[in-house]
Amino acid sequence: MEYVISVLLSGISVGGQYALIAIGYTLVYGILRLINFAHGDVFMVAGLMGIYFTATLPIGESLPLVILLTVFLGFTIERAAYKPLRDAPRMSVMISAIGVSYLLQNTATYVTGGQPMTYPTIPFLSDTVNVAGTQTKWVVIITPFLVLILVYALTQLINRTKVGMAMRAVSKDFETSRLMGIKINNVISATFIIGSALAAIGSILFFTNYPAITPTAGAMPGLKAFVAAVFGGIGSIPGAVIGAFLIGICETIIKGLPSAWDVSVFSDAFTFALLIIILVFKPQGLFGEAATDKV
Amino acid sequence: MKQKQSNLKAYIFIAVLLLLVILLENISAMIPGLPQVFQPTSPLFTVLKKAAVYSLVAVSMNLLNGFTGLFSLGQAGFMLLGAYTYAILTVPADQKEQVYYLFGGCALKSSIIDGLGAIFGTTGAGGAVSMILGCFIALILAGCVAAFFAYLIGIPVLRLKSDYLAIATLGFAEILRAIFQWQKLGRITNGANMIKGFPTFSSFNITDASGNVLVRLSTFIPFLISSVCIAIIVLLIHSSYGRAFKSIRDDEVAAEAMGINLFKHKMLSFVISSFFAGVGGALFAMYVANAQAKAFTSVMTYEILLIVVIGGIGSVSGSILATFLYVACSEWWLRFLDSEQYIGGFKVPLLRNGFRMVVFSIVIMVIVLFFSQGIMGNNELSLSGLMKVLSGKRERKH
Amino acid sequence: MGNALRLENVTMQFGGVVSVNNLTLEVPEHKIIALIGPNGAGKTTAFNCITGVYQPTNGLIEFMGKPMVRNHPTGKAAKTYKGENADKYAKEAVLAPTPDQITGLGIARTFQNIRLWKSMTVFDNVLIAKHQHAKQNVFSAIFRGNLAEEKRMREETMELLVEQGLDAYKDELAVSLPYGLQRRLEIARALATKPKLLLLDEPAAGMNPQETNELADFVRQIRDKYDLTVFLIEHHMDLVMNISDYIYVIDFGSEIAQGVPEEVQKNQRVIEAYLGVADEDEK
Repeated sequence: MEYVISVLLSGISVGGQYALIAIGYTLVYGILRLINFAHGDVFMVAGLMGIYFTATLPIGESLPLVILLTVFLGFTIERAAYKPLRDAPRMSVMISAIGVSYLLQNTATYVTGGQPMTYPTIPFLSDTVNVAGTQTKWVVIITPFLVLILVYALTQLINRTKVGMAMRAVSKDFETSRLMGIKINNVISATFIIGSALAAIGSILFFTNYPAITPTAGAMPGLKAFVAAVFGGIGSIPGAVIGAFLIGICETIIKGLPSAWDVSVFSDAFTFALLIIILVFKPQGLFGEAATDKV
Repeated sequence: MKQKQSNLKAYIFIAVLLLLVILLENISAMIPGLPQVFQPTSPLFTVLKKAAVYSLVAVSMNLLNGFTGLFSLGQAGFMLLGAYTYAILTVPADQKEQVYYLFGGCALKSSIIDGLGAIFGTTGAGGAVSMILGCFIALILAGCVAAFFAYLIGIPVLRLKSDYLAIATLGFAEILRAIFQWQKLGRITNGANMIKGFPTFSSFNITDASGNVLVRLSTFIPFLISSVCIAIIVLLIHSSYGRAFKSIRDDEVAAEAMGINLFKHKMLSFVISSFFAGVGGALFAMYVANAQAKAFTSVMTYEILLIVVIGGIGSVSGSILATFLYVACSEWWLRFLDSEQYIGGFKVPLLRNGFRMVVFSIVIMVIVLFFSQGIMGNNELSLSGLMKVLSGKRERKH
Repeated sequence: MGNALRLENVTMQFGGVVSVNNLTLEVPEHKIIALIGPNGAGKTTAFNCITGVYQPTNGLIEFMGKPMVRNHPTGKAAKTYKGENADKYAKEAVLAPTPDQITGLGIARTFQNIRLWKSMTVFDNVLIAKHQHAKQNVFSAIFRGNLAEEKRMREETMELLVEQGLDAYKDELAVSLPYGLQRRLEIARALATKPKLLLLDEPAAGMNPQETNELADFVRQIRDKYDLTVFLIEHHMDLVMNISDYIYVIDFGSEIAQGVPEEVQKNQRVIEAYLGVADEDEK
């Protein structure tokens, strides 16, 4: 029983962390129709920044700084690598995203010297707590609530504010919004800023629970978060969140299965099998809209 | 007529090139006292071998991404299938116990080469015949296994739109990687450990009875196999089917309306591309002398994709050229960036382990952003064009 | 002579929008038939149903007297279906050939917004349309076992280009041709599939009056030369009246009139559909 609770708890927590990354994917895809392969690496860079800043600055200053600089990184990537290709074929932008991902990973290898880096202990988050007889960290408990609060704030932003309205308009029809005088570039930047900020928060929560960060540590959570976004219906925020929680829980369950079965190698593969199944049977995901092409 | 002549020229060119490769790798034995570059241990040969292998994979990816317009990221997965198929089938029986020691031996008791050895003999010319024939059969089977899996995965995923296809094939490659690391399959795949002991490129060197190398063929072999495979891909591209692929890339709706069965042709392109990726994977295993699932990550696919982009999407010669440049830079020419360098007494800043790859990825980003056509665009390097450029008599097109 | 093409109760519904409503029409062999109507009337959608790009929600399409496409609303579509004759085809098997199969049967088309293969030469554009009927497989194609077939395809392509007056441009990129020639190349490409029925989607769009006049003769010529039936969508009324043997008029997806050109010209509903209903005050 205790075992079940601990698996479920950490599943929900991992799911919440994926959700924060998945929102970045789903927002960007909704607007640019781009799988932002670099998003997972932005997440990893945020983690590394966390390590380097907390080494010199107090936690209270370094964490906001991490979020701020991650936002700046996301914004710069969009301006430097995606904006020049606005009218290029979609494939080119995707290749550019892969290039950025490659660059971020290699830079991280250079800076860290390729060594796995240990994430600092953040007071309170890393403290342990006893829930129904199982020892766990506070971060596990906090994550789902924090995610729900952030998602609520985000939906308010999208449904109530002018930027949010512009975002919705652009994701419905890019060209028409452009003709209607919406400043496309500002809207896209806003999307990247929101996505990166959430990824930075996600990185703090995620890596607190993980032993080390390597330069490729962002790739797999990134891909999984993308799968979560597809699962929920790409472009839909609640969809991405629900998809992320489901994937997080399933993954921890697979990892928690008896080691004699030796199925834990499939915890990543499971996500992709799920992806292929969804794409084949319900490509619009749980909450997405089907699109038709005009001939 | 003209077409036939230029084909003949191309074949002669390939033959001459292959002869030059043999000459190059044996030149140090013929003329003593050559610079270090020509010695068999020189990075030159590492680069040539690796680039020969990678160029086949790059061209096979270009067939799919550049000529058919299918954005697939499954290349590493199909390479993995090829590498493992080749490795499992060719590890000699007497090596199996040692390679699979963690699992108490291999489920497959014998190898293709042992089977052929029973017919042709295991020593001398008979041994050579069974080794060469065995490797050849294993390479073809490596391609076939990759092609078969491509067919299976193609049925659901080829109906997907561009970026979904990319992520689905990427996911498929990750699934394969997990399966091949599964300890339960250890008696076949050796679990997460590497498979070793199978024939590599240097097994093709001609030796005397005491094992001294008489003629080196270890660079020639990957060149030979890659050339043949790339030539087949080029013939395909220039055939009626290749034209149909290009029509799908340019406009699917029009292609379908003009009678081209989209699914059949996409599948054909996917299966053929994967076949050669499988052969490329087997060659890669021969190059690194082991097969291990850990090596075939999505980063490998990205690397090959970037090579294709640098060469020009839709240009075979561009892909080949880019592969040689890429591999030469990363394995040889830019190596100095990874260690501390002094100019006079001045220590060049920034240079330390990993800097090479940073410079490299910046160069790649510059190409992707500002030279999206790559080196060749979708043009091909032709001999007559090259001659014209070299003799400075290139006519301007009006 | 029978009908080359017959549509029976064809309805195409996208979600709640009925683009083509219960359309029934006949295209007799060797005739030139026009489908006209205001913008957004559903003409191109009807073409897309015939060529297999869309599967109609309901109805039957016959080609050369044989059922080619047949469907009835099922699943989600059955609940939201707004058209007529929902049960008429429910008992019969659904027929849903893909566009390439339909082309194989002998229907070829051109597109309203020209869809040539841009990176390819004029010659290759026509040559590719011959791929479907070539006797070859992928191995014979790679290892050049199909040289006779390849030669035949190239000769036929050249013949077609000469006939269409495009041979001078054969090595040019298709996109580099002037607009009028691009339209003509699209027709040449369609002819290369050896069709019995040719669907032309606004062939005169973007042409000047002189080119339009020439087009009428041209369409008749190819009809006679290749023994074709022609079914076209056109906005250019002079051309339509000049060229057509019979005209169907649709508006909001439904047929509003049909007849020989003179009848259609005088039809009050057609005039209203095109010009709008005149206000009482203006009379």
